[in-house]
Amino acid sequence: MSTNLPAKRTAGTEVAVVKNEDFVTMTIAEQVFGIPVLQVQDVLGPQRITRIPLAPPEVAGSLNLRGRIVTAIDVRLRLGLPLRDKDKPGMSIVVDHKGELYSLMVDSVGEVLSLTSDDFERQPATMDARWREVSTGIYRLRENLLVVLDVSRLLNFANTEAA
Amino acid sequence: MDDLLSEFLTETNENIAVLDVELVRLEQNPNDPSLLSNIFRLVHTIKGTCGFLGLPRLEAVAHASENVLGRFRDGELNVSPYAVTLILESLDAIKSILLVLEKTEAEPAGNDEDLINRLNALAEGREAPVAAAPVAAAPPPPPPPPEPVAPPPPAPVASASSVPAASTTREVAPVAEAAPPAPAPAPAAAQAPPPPPPSAGDGESSLANQTIRVNVDLLENLMTMVSELVLTRNQLLQILRSQKESEFAVPLQRLNHVTSELQEGVMKTRMQPIGNAWAKLPRLVRDLAHELHKKIDLQMLGAETELDRQVLELIKDPLTHMVRNSADHGLEMPADRAAKGKSETGRITLNAFHEGGHIIIEIADDGKGLAIEAIKRKILQNGLATEAELASMSDQQIQQFIFKAGFSTAAKVTSVSGRGVGMDVVKTNIEKIGGTIELKSIEGRGTTFTIKIPLTLAIVSALVVECGGERFAIPQISVIELVRAAQDSEHKIERINGTPVLRLRNRLLPLVSLERLLKLGDGDQYNRETFIVVAQVGNYTFGIIVDRVFDTEEIVVKPVAPILRHIELFSGNTILGDGSVIMILDPNGIASFSGEMAVHDTAAAAAETKQATRQDDRMALLLFRAGEGAPKAVPLSLVARLEDVDLNQVEASNGQPVVQYRGKLMPLVPIDPNWKVQRDKRQPVLVFADGDRSMGLVVDEIIDIVEDRLQVELGTERAGFMGSAIIADKATDVIDAGFYLTQAFRDWFGNATDRFEDERLHKVLLVDDSPFFRNLLTPLLTVSGYDVTAVQSADEALGLCESGENFDVIVSDIEMPGMSGLEFAQAVRGNSRWQNVPLVALSSHATPRDLDRGRQAGFTDYVAKFDRDALLFTLQQTISETKGAA
Repeated sequence: MSTNLPAKRTAGTEVAVVKNEDFVTMTIAEQVFGIPVLQVQDVLGPQRITRIPLAPPEVAGSLNLRGRIVTAIDVRLRLGLPLRDKDKPGMSIVVDHKGELYSLMVDSVGEVLSLTSDDFERQPATMDARWREVSTGIYRLRENLLVVLDVSRLLNFANTEAA
Repeated sequence: MDDLLSEFLTETNENIAVLDVELVRLEQNPNDPSLLSNIFRLVHTIKGTCGFLGLPRLEAVAHASENVLGRFRDGELNVSPYAVTLILESLDAIKSILLVLEKTEAEPAGNDEDLINRLNALAEGREAPVAAAPVAAAPPPPPPPPEPVAPPPPAPVASASSVPAASTTREVAPVAEAAPPAPAPAPAAAQAPPPPPPSAGDGESSLANQTIRVNVDLLENLMTMVSELVLTRNQLLQILRSQKESEFAVPLQRLNHVTSELQEGVMKTRMQPIGNAWAKLPRLVRDLAHELHKKIDLQMLGAETELDRQVLELIKDPLTHMVRNSADHGLEMPADRAAKGKSETGRITLNAFHEGGHIIIEIADDGKGLAIEAIKRKILQNGLATEAELASMSDQQIQQFIFKAGFSTAAKVTSVSGRGVGMDVVKTNIEKIGGTIELKSIEGRGTTFTIKIPLTLAIVSALVVECGGERFAIPQISVIELVRAAQDSEHKIERINGTPVLRLRNRLLPLVSLERLLKLGDGDQYNRETFIVVAQVGNYTFGIIVDRVFDTEEIVVKPVAPILRHIELFSGNTILGDGSVIMILDPNGIASFSGEMAVHDTAAAAAETKQATRQDDRMALLLFRAGEGAPKAVPLSLVARLEDVDLNQVEASNGQPVVQYRGKLMPLVPIDPNWKVQRDKRQPVLVFADGDRSMGLVVDEIIDIVEDRLQVELGTERAGFMGSAIIADKATDVIDAGFYLTQAFRDWFGNATDRFEDERLHKVLLVDDSPFFRNLLTPLLTVSGYDVTAVQSADEALGLCESGENFDVIVSDIEMPGMSGLEFAQAVRGNSRWQNVPLVALSSHATPRDLDRGRQAGFTDYVAKFDRDALLFTLQQTISETKGAA
């Protein structure tokens, strides 16, 4: 999948001149992020999560979503942000990646936005390397900026598939 | 109809259907290497199978087209429409032969010389077809430069694609034999190059009824649903348990039963014994042996091991390839084998078994092994690596090159193998299903491939435990017992330099703190009440310290997410009856994580191969200090107990210090010759027990228990020492427990000889290549009243046999350089004078399959190394049995 990503992206920039894309928006530490709506399976409230010892710190644990085991990823840690306050309940976006479900833990999930490629831009070169790594670009919204997250790169932190 | 044949027909029909499509695609993309190699492989398979089934006509056609395809693949020939037409034509020829074959179970008479000649001509580059005239359908244009899109498709192509995919059904009931005699195409049809395209009616394989073909995804879904049902059932039962009287009780009970049966049924639809995939191997090997003029013995163990059918399908071809490779490349010619002192008959062993949630399949041959130099040459020749790179590689790394595409070390291309189809495909196929393949080869001694396939889908019974506030499941199969441990109870955890151990029925059980292993806490559990799950991996038993133990539950093992797969401690995860997710612990992983078993990094793996024969010397050693000099060590398994003796209670008897111990007098033997009994002190004592006698070895301090490979360098003259070894990175003296035993039991020894005076001493022949074990066991057995002769190799032992020696029992190591214990057993059982002498195998592996293997080779019994009591018991048992029989 990761191999055809670049192709997809170039296609996106060229073709999207005439096309809108829909994104599920979410906020983490006041920043708005977006994930292409087609990749999203579900949106969840707070869940009971089983910790997984020895897992990478970004892996918060696993949970049961209607009989399927979903691995929960704390996006805050993935982005190098501090942990969320214990008393604030978070939300999760469940995405499908190579047939496996992952639940991305974020602060809150917002509406679905349809964005035109006119507002799309590459990430600024000065952006945090970590953020650049997991995002594909930025949409200029009227009020603020939306960072588009790349799910496969977001989940590629353990380098387990290389082994 | 022959199962083999019917399977061949379905498989080949299916392959040809794929080929038809692929070839047309190839014509459009003549330069797609993956397409080419896939086509090549399919034709190769057809050819190979034909050869084994004794279908010369089919084989000849397939071989000729394979030749052409081989030239395409190597880039020596351009893919031209003419060539594709010709190959399609040969496929049609194959199809028509198959049709007759299906009806009559025999190849039609006739030959395909014309077709083959044209194929050969093409392969040799003489493209302008001399005898192409008889090609009825549109004589193809002279090979133009490959065009992206085929011009008006030549007729045969069209007819080929209009042929209904003869059989898309994999599942075939052999019942379908009584096929209504369809108008059989005249055998001559096969000769005429473009065969009449069979109409859909009679072209449809008549084998393809009786069973329904079900999409595997559908079964997969069904299985998932059943798993859900099982979980829901568990949940309901849990609720029911908390309610005393409920009108739901009866219907729930019924639901319970139905669910169980449904679950079993669905599981069954997917499971097949691996023997099904092996069924055609004996024939294959027999024919191969014939063709190659070799003598080959195929052994198949664990054929009943059940496997998910999807997995089975996927490993079938790789397995066949590998067996073929072993027979063709691995085993030597009988004359060469004889010259090397091996038996003329080469052996290929297939072995399948379950191990810790995996299925392991071993394919071993006792042939010439991989020739490192030949591989190196080939690597250089193919430009896969430079000489400098090779120089820095270990043998293990070099061997890995055989998994690269297009690699074959066979000097010449035979019709069997050697075209470079094989190991790369094998590896890809196995990795596709999440498996691994390992290779171990010793030049001159053979090659072993180990395929490890994860069990992705299974319902197992598991014990649920709690540790550090989290719950985990441990597969019930590796749990032996549960022990409650607390400071005030009979069982309490003791520590040797921080290493927790538990006394369990006069044995020391090494313990692993789950809390510490999983980094859930500081592992400070020893003072609380805890539970110990006694687990067994192979023949290594250890205890896992957990906080609480719950129930056992039926769980559906689900693989963990890919990003967690590197954590070796977990074999999967599952959802419990209450809906929560729980991780499943892998006892294998825990054992290896806690310092046991093999180390898995690549460097160590390379070292492992070199040490393959010696790695079994790894054992738990008790390290202690006594007297001057280096730390001392003794195999932990020889030590029955560790005691702390109050020196005030030491008495003297017959000039020797003794202590009252469990109602008996136990002699104390100090290692330090200058040791004196100091009053008002306590001192650690290692208790060696033998039957009802025990002896205390007085030491100064117990340091640690380590697991290490014991390589004793002999040469010490000091009495009581075996020599020195490097243990835990320190030079350590290994003590000769036997020496101290004789010191304590000198009187006993006298008594023992008295006791045996009326009957002659039983003579034991001990065969072990390790001087350490010979020196360890000889005194032990002597003390127990045996007359021991120790030799260091099987050859030496057989020499004794020839020179007329007699023994009551033979004890032999399994892993020995030169002739292995198994071969030795076969030799002894074969035709020597000793064929009735009981044989006891001694090995550090004592899993059931080792037992099986040993028994097959002719061993009477099997004893784990270091288990002295078991050895003595077995000897006694064996001797009395043979005497009873005599």
